[in-house]
Amino acid sequence: MSGSASIQTDDRLRDVKLAHVPFPVTRLALWIFTLAVALGFAYIVAINPNFGWPVVAQYLFDPTVMQGLWVTLGLTVVAMIIGVVLGLILAIARMSNDRLASSLASLFIWFFRGTPLLVQLIFWYNMSTLFPRISIGIASWDTNDLITPLTAAIVGLALNEAAYMAEIIRGGLLSVDKGQAETAEAFGMNRARALWRIIIPQAMKSIVPPTGNQLISMIKATSLVSVIAMADLLYSVQSIYNRTFEIIPMLLVAVLWYLFITSILNVGQGAIERYYNRGDRGSTPADRTKEYATPMVGAAHEHV
Amino acid sequence: MSMSETSLVRARNVHKAFGPLEVLKGIDLDVAPGEVVVILGPSGSGKSTFLRCINHLEAIDQGFIEVDGEQIGYRLRDDRLIKLSNSDIAVQRSKIGMVFQQFNLYPHMTALQNVIEAPIGVHGQNRNEAVRYAKELLNRVGLAEKIDAYPRQLSGGQQQRVAIARALAIRPRLMLFDEPTSALDPELVGEVLATMRDLAKEGLTMIVVTHEIGFAKEAADRVVFMDGGVVVEQGPPAEVLTNPSHPRTRSFLSRFI
Ligand SMILES: Nc1ncnc2c1ncn2[C@@H]1O[C@H](COP(=O)(O)OP(=O)(O)O)[C@@H](O)[C@H]1O
Ligand SMILES: [Mg+2]
Repeated sequence: MSGSASIQTDDRLRDVKLAHVPFPVTRLALWIFTLAVALGFAYIVAINPNFGWPVVAQYLFDPTVMQGLWVTLGLTVVAMIIGVVLGLILAIARMSNDRLASSLASLFIWFFRGTPLLVQLIFWYNMSTLFPRISIGIASWDTNDLITPLTAAIVGLALNEAAYMAEIIRGGLLSVDKGQAETAEAFGMNRARALWRIIIPQAMKSIVPPTGNQLISMIKATSLVSVIAMADLLYSVQSIYNRTFEIIPMLLVAVLWYLFITSILNVGQGAIERYYNRGDRGSTPADRTKEYATPMVGAAHEHV
Repeated sequence: MSMSETSLVRARNVHKAFGPLEVLKGIDLDVAPGEVVVILGPSGSGKSTFLRCINHLEAIDQGFIEVDGEQIGYRLRDDRLIKLSNSDIAVQRSKIGMVFQQFNLYPHMTALQNVIEAPIGVHGQNRNEAVRYAKELLNRVGLAEKIDAYPRQLSGGQQQRVAIARALAIRPRLMLFDEPTSALDPELVGEVLATMRDLAKEGLTMIVVTHEIGFAKEAADRVVFMDGGVVVEQGPPAEVLTNPSHPRTRSFLSRFI
C-alpha cells in the first residue's frame, strides 16, 4: 500500500484543524473525588457538636471581638507602613557606598532578624526598667509615659518588620538591570528620582509577592502582643473563653476572622502584581489560563 | 578665533584606567558643531569607555573633556579646578543624549512615557508641550502608531528608534551612540541606520561608535580609528576607509571586506 494518493489523504487528515480533544476522563474523576472528600470533611466538621458552631455564630460579631479585630488591623497597618518605609531606607543605606551607613543598616538588620519578636516586644514593654527616663537634648520624658502597650507593640512590630522588609526591598532593587540606573544617570536624573521613577517601579515585581507574605505573617504576629496586654483579636477571644470556657468555638471565631482578612489581602495582592507586571507580555493570569485552554501554548511562551 | 574654540567637543590627553588596566591612554579629539564622527576599532579598544567619559558616567584620571565650552565634571574658578557636585554634573549630562547598545528603554513605561520622562522630570517641561514634542519625535522615527506600546511589545529596531527619540527629546547639543545596531537582528539594522542618517543630515552633532562601515562611508564627516586606548588615525571616510595609512587600521578594515 504505497500509492501516493493514500499518502495525500493521510496528510489531509493530519491537519491539526481537524483534531479532536479526547474527553479528559482522568481529570474529571480527580475533580469529583477531591470535591467529594472536601464536602465530606466539611459535613463532618459542621455536624460535630464539639466545634460549637452556635457559639461561634453568637460571638462572631461580638463587640469585644470586633474591637480586637480593629486593634489587630490597626496594628498591622501602622506597623507595616512604618516597616516598609524604614525598610526602604535601610535597604538604600545597606546598598550605599558609604561604609558607615551600610554598616549601621547591616547591624540593625542583623539584630532585629536575629532575635525572637516575642523577646523584642517584652523588652520594649519593659523599657522603663532599663531606662527610667528618656532624654533628647534638654527634652526629657518619663519612659512609662512614652511606652504604653500600644507604642511598645507598634515599635516592636515595626522595627522587626523593617529588618525583613529591608532585605526584601534590597533583593528587589538588585534584581533591576544595572543599565536602567545608568540610563537614568545619563539623562541627568538625580539618585532619588531615578530610584523613585525608574528603579523602584521595576523592583516592585519582585518586592510585592514576599511583601504580601510578610503582611499575612504580620497579621498573625500581632497576636504576640497579647503578652504585653494589648487587646488584639486573639487576646479578645481569650478574654471571652476565660469566662465562658468555650475555648474551641472562640478560637474558631478568631480563625475565621484571620482567614477572612488573609483572603482579602490575597485578592489585593493579585491586583497589585498585575499592575506591576503591565510591561510584560504573556505574564498576566488570564494568559496563564489560556495556556491550558488552547493548544497555542507556543505563542504564549515566546519570550524575548 | 582658533579652531579649538569653535569645537563643540574638546578632549585632551584623556586617560582612564580600571585598576591596573589602562583603557584610555591619551585620547585627543575635537568635534565641530554639526559634525558626525564615527569611531571604529576592535572590541576592547576603549570606545565605549571614551563615550561614557564624555558624559561623566566614568570619571577620567588625567586630561580633560569639554562640551560646548564647559568642562565635564569640573569647573575652573580663580585658576583652581573644582570638582562639580552631583547635581551640577546631572545638569551637564542632561544636555547630552545617549543611545545604548541594549536600548535600555524603561520597560514599565510606554514608548511615549519613555520619551517624556526626562523632559518633564529633569528639564521641568510642561507636560502638554513634552507630549506634543514626543509625538512629533516618535512620528519622525516612524513610530507614530506605537506611542502606547510597552518596549516588550516592540521589535529591537523599534525599541532602538524609541530610544533615539527619547534621547532627542531633551534637545541635546550632542548625541552619543554606542553600537546602536549591534544588538539587532540583521534585517532590523537598516531602519535604525536610516533614522541616524536623517539626524546626521539635519545637522545634529553626533559621535557614533559602530561596526557599520557602510554607515561610516555615507554619513560620517570624519572617521576615527581607535585601538589599544589611543586614536591610531583619523580623517575623512573616503581616505581612512579606502586608503588607510596605518597597518592596524588596514588589518581591522580587511575583516569587513
Ligand atoms: N567598569 C569597568 N571595570 C573594569 N574594566 C572595564 C570596565 N569597563 C570596561 N572595562 C574594560 O576596558 C576595556 C575597554 O572596554 P570598552 O571601552 O567597553 O571597549 P570597546 O567599547 O571598545 O569594546 C575592556 O578590556 C573592558 O574589559
Ligand atoms: Mg563597546
